[in-house]
Amino acid sequence: MTIFALVLRIGRTMKTPFAVVLLITCVAVISPAFGQEAPAPATAPATLKIDTGDTAWVLTSSALVLAMTMPGLALFYGGLVRNKNVLATIMHSLVILCLISLTWILWGYSLAFGPDKAGIIGGLEWLGLNGVGGEPHPTYGPTIPHQVYMLFQLMFAAITPALITGAFAERMKFSALLLFAVLWGTFIYCPLAHWIWGGGWLGKLGALDFAGGAVVHTSSGVSALVCALVLGKRQGYGTAALVPHNLPMTLLGTGLLWFGWFGFNAGSALGANALAASAFLATNTAAAAGALSWMTAEWMQRGKPTALGVASGAVAGLATVTPAAGFVGPMAALVIGLAAGVLCYAAVVWKGRLGYDDSLDVVGIHGVGGILGMLATGLFASIGAKGLFSGNPAQLGIQAITVLVTVVFAFAGTFIILKVINAIVGLRVDAEGEQRGLDLSQHEERAYAKD
Amino acid sequence: MKKIEAVIKPFKLEEVKDALTELGVYGMTVSEVRGFGRQKGHKEAYRGTEYTIEFVPKTKIEVVVPDGLAERVVETVIRTAKTGSIGDGKIFVSNLEGVIRIRTGETGDRAL
Amino acid sequence: MNSRTAFKTLRIILSVVVLSAVAVPCLLAQEVPPPAAPASGAAAPPGTAPAEAAATPAPPPKIDSGDTAWVLISTALVLAMTAPGLALFYGGMVREKNALGTIMQSFIILCVISLQWVLWGYSLAFGPDHGHIIGGLEWFGLTDVKSDAANPDYAATIPHQAYMIFQMMFAVITPALITGAFAERMKFSSFLVFILLWATFIYDPLAHWVWAKGGWLGMYGGLGALDFAGGTVVHISSGVAGLACAFVLRRRLGYGKESMAPHNLPMTVLGASMLWFGWFGFNAGSAVSAGALATSAFVVTNTATAAAALAWMVAEWLYRGKPTVLGAASGAVAGLVAITPASGFVGPVSAIWIGIGAGVLCYLAVVWKTKLGYDDSLDAFGIHGIGGTWGALATGLFASKAINSAGADGLFFGNPGQLGLQAVAVLTSWVFVFVGTYVILKVVDWTMGLRVTVEEERIGLDLSQHEERAYSRG
Repeated sequence: MTIFALVLRIGRTMKTPFAVVLLITCVAVISPAFGQEAPAPATAPATLKIDTGDTAWVLTSSALVLAMTMPGLALFYGGLVRNKNVLATIMHSLVILCLISLTWILWGYSLAFGPDKAGIIGGLEWLGLNGVGGEPHPTYGPTIPHQVYMLFQLMFAAITPALITGAFAERMKFSALLLFAVLWGTFIYCPLAHWIWGGGWLGKLGALDFAGGAVVHTSSGVSALVCALVLGKRQGYGTAALVPHNLPMTLLGTGLLWFGWFGFNAGSALGANALAASAFLATNTAAAAGALSWMTAEWMQRGKPTALGVASGAVAGLATVTPAAGFVGPMAALVIGLAAGVLCYAAVVWKGRLGYDDSLDVVGIHGVGGILGMLATGLFASIGAKGLFSGNPAQLGIQAITVLVTVVFAFAGTFIILKVINAIVGLRVDAEGEQRGLDLSQHEERAYAKD
Repeated sequence: MKKIEAVIKPFKLEEVKDALTELGVYGMTVSEVRGFGRQKGHKEAYRGTEYTIEFVPKTKIEVVVPDGLAERVVETVIRTAKTGSIGDGKIFVSNLEGVIRIRTGETGDRAL
Repeated sequence: MNSRTAFKTLRIILSVVVLSAVAVPCLLAQEVPPPAAPASGAAAPPGTAPAEAAATPAPPPKIDSGDTAWVLISTALVLAMTAPGLALFYGGMVREKNALGTIMQSFIILCVISLQWVLWGYSLAFGPDHGHIIGGLEWFGLTDVKSDAANPDYAATIPHQAYMIFQMMFAVITPALITGAFAERMKFSSFLVFILLWATFIYDPLAHWVWAKGGWLGMYGGLGALDFAGGTVVHISSGVAGLACAFVLRRRLGYGKESMAPHNLPMTVLGASMLWFGWFGFNAGSAVSAGALATSAFVVTNTATAAAALAWMVAEWLYRGKPTVLGAASGAVAGLVAITPASGFVGPVSAIWIGIGAGVLCYLAVVWKTKLGYDDSLDAFGIHGIGGTWGALATGLFASKAINSAGADGLFFGNPGQLGLQAVAVLTSWVFVFVGTYVILKVVDWTMGLRVTVEEERIGLDLSQHEERAYSRG
């Protein structure tokens, strides 16, 4: 029989978790065979000095970004789903953090940031972190240990697939989710990160993405759209009350996201310096502006300002300023934030009219926000790079190309991955499982037990 | 003895309770319930998507009173729980066969 | 109050007095000057080394990555204190129907002040001094506030923007603290206006008087009152403002008769934990450097908090018969509050006494609140007003130049004058904040109305102000 049929058979009988763990173990075992000591770059300076302040800052930032996923995003999403799905939703973020923590150090980092191959992908020279040690890398944080940079990037690689889970909340099979995280994390995230950050062709073209407007937000937003379309709507969509079960939980998550985002953006300066301070300020300003403009838009359109609106607006502002954070000053960040709040609010309202079930608004907030932010960078960049308003219209064109490439690649790639997973284990829980709730059907657990 | 069950809007609980206590009703059981009536629920919006909320949170009060007090209890509940808008609730009156106080074993009106 | 209460109160005060009498000599023996070079003050240029006869002047201090990292982290920590720390601390304490509205207040203040500060707040508070009263608008929109240069007046080794945004988080949490006083009854629109006015006309001037170069109260060209991280500027101001709010808005419907029990105490404890965690940024971050002073502030912060939590717990145990988790959490916050102004000037044993004082005094304040009959719903005044006052005065008792040579000595270290200066600062804050807040409240009340209607208050803020439910059964 064909290899493919064999794989299908193994997947169905062996149960996915074993398969995933087996895959990871295999790679871990054989990776030393691939690893060579990465030859020292020919033009490396004599020695790169490690700065303790920079290192402390990037280490802290790594922890901050981890906190954004667990428990930030976990609780943000957790509060938004119904009572019967909260554990499963939190579980998505937790298990993705665990999976990516392993796949990243085994092959992910090497593919994303390893020595460039034709501008398309990194090689496998750094499989199992071979060659990634305490010495700084000349381009990836010249004043911090290379492993610190890798660790920092790990947290980005983890949160990106976790963002997508919002689109298929309340109906995705857990086994499918495991496969999705590993496949998407490898075949979509790594190439994209390489193209823009790892020495690949988009970076060489001059694309500006300070902390992940394209790599993280646009990609996850677009992939979320594909997921929503492929998986279809939840039972009762349009008639049943699919309302958040615990908004204080969501607000707790929002606070942690805002707090952690300082690590996400200001940490991307890779040093405790002027750029970090500037990115920090831009991040906070855009978040505040986004929250207030979403709140105002909602207040005017629907008559009442909601807490969920303020929280969503803040996240929209944060997502939108992400690619621009290190390139713009506070006033530009203010404008970017205001625009994010209004436009993402509009996107979320239109979602209802367009009728796709992106359960937790990943498309409206991260997709739209990421695209808006990438384009805004092309307009407002003035620190360390120039955008249209600083007399360099070409940048806007480069940003647009980057966005287009990201959208097409993420869209097509996610579609294929979903179809593959569907063939192996099936994507969606069955009707009864969805009705009982994922906590019971996928995990045999109750979030809130009454004694 | 009559058992009077009233399903009311939750924020009216304190007013109703105070009025009943003044009337001489010395005990009641309160539970949090959900329900709907002829006008099936209402619309709420979350992030731009509108939902029809069918099951609206309500509070149910149950009191048991001697027959003579029942009518005044009903009047009092209506007076204090009414807002005039949709969802004010309903009152159900039923006859009760017996009441026993667990601690002492008293029955009938003495158990109230 | 009845005699039983009086006796209980007396018993507690007596215990503290006796313990103090026994321990003060031990305390005085404990403070040992550190062997190393004296640590630098919060805002004085680093290095107080004696001026050697140098042929060339020392080069200006450079931006230090370690200091910058610590201040950036501290900024993030103080943000977390407001959202979600304080939001959840308060949110868990109100009734379910007001949970979202209460949490929302903290969040929205973060957003409003983030912008107000960048536009004019920072300039008014820390900008070039005018008449020792206020900063100007020279730094409106952060003009001249650079990211690639330090401001040596305030923090010579970190980018000026880092200092600015660190201070922003203080400006954010201060009005957020007041929300505890008017919880469950303020109109959202009026609340927004009140916050904006209060921040601009109360917080910014007060911060200028105490912390700005040229401010008339503080250490930099002023009288010399000590306030390391915000005893007067943050806690007395928010607490006293809370008191004014409690008087003007008056009591909640059903106060004293209906149950207003916290709807989710684990949420409150989670919030209190985030406050404790973040407060290291609040106090140790105020050293604006990563070194001896930050370490010292970190240590005393933790110590005072622990002592206060235990003291409150013991006081409550004696007075009411059971130790509660809300008491322990409140005690911890009281300790954090009280140590705030002292954190850069006192040693660890002093911190224990400051903490014990805070736990006991704030507990008594909260007990007395019920007897005096005003509705400071979440004890903004009891904890921040009283705790801040105690802390500011305690600084005048326990401050030691051995801990921070850029500070001053307190009464227990031979300088009774400092206590007098602290009292001046306390009194000034009380009067200015109470009167100013009262005026602002009256103005807003007169133009917009402060309170929700009776029916809205009954239904709850979440539904009436925001048309949202905190918890839904799907």
